[in-house]
Amino acid sequence: MPVNPEFVGRVYPPSAPYVVSAAKITEFAEAVGATDPVHTDREVAVARGYRDVIAPPTFAVLIAQRAEMAFIFDPEAGIDFGRVVHGEETFVHHRPLTAGDEIVGVLTVDSVKAAGGHTMIVTRTELSSGAEPVATVFSTVVVRGGE
Amino acid sequence: MSNDTARRRFDGVAVGDVLPPRTVHVDRARLVQYAGASLDRNRIHWDEPFAKKVGLPDVIAHGMFTMGAAITVVTDWAGDAGAVVRYGTRFTKPVVVPYDAGADIEVSASVTSLDEANRQVTVDVAAVCAGDRVLGRAQAVVQLA
Repeated sequence: MPVNPEFVGRVYPPSAPYVVSAAKITEFAEAVGATDPVHTDREVAVARGYRDVIAPPTFAVLIAQRAEMAFIFDPEAGIDFGRVVHGEETFVHHRPLTAGDEIVGVLTVDSVKAAGGHTMIVTRTELSSGAEPVATVFSTVVVRGGE
Repeated sequence: MSNDTARRRFDGVAVGDVLPPRTVHVDRARLVQYAGASLDRNRIHWDEPFAKKVGLPDVIAHGMFTMGAAITVVTDWAGDAGAVVRYGTRFTKPVVVPYDAGADIEVSASVTSLDEANRQVTVDVAAVCAGDRVLGRAQAVVQLA
């Protein structure tokens, strides 16, 4: 089944709130080799003007992917997950994700384009804490053509 | 952050400045660690028979691992990981991670433009593994002091 082009412009309901924890930030920072103590030492973070420890720049993917899954696995979207390849990713940070944030993501399908037998899908997930916008995550996936 | 003393000052930076490069070594243990930390547990990143069954040469690193590891070159130079206001890339080639040797990713970066009004700089990032550029058009915008 081809990817459904009518999904362009569709906005999904907000994802369940994700609470950013200091423990998860530490785990993520260690995994990518980010050694800035602002990720692990609250005193350092506060001295730099942050409320608490902050996440590395790509941590937002963890929250955005929860929102993206609702779309990727929407049966009506017609996406074969086994054929999905990650093409591009862009983060725009209004401020760093900070321990204690309770974040919801709202996903919009920006575009669905056929290209050389494949389909390119661009999604945009707005991450916010209450009324405050925190980050925007753009993700491009390629659904490889089949058989 | 206005009271930040850790962050590099805009005034000393020029187009063409080269950031200290870094070699990121990645092995299977690291990929399992990243899978747990990021909650991306796709088998192609740790299960060799599965990866080969779906047509890959071997286990490959998460593109997001490479993206996340590469930006440390920029955040360490900037003096504060919160300085990155925008960061984007394409995933142009997979990083193949053999069981025994793992893989080395060479990360380099340089300043390509200045925004004096906002005290922001644009940094282009390159990541090369086994002769291939594994990130394409990787670019970060950094808020300096």
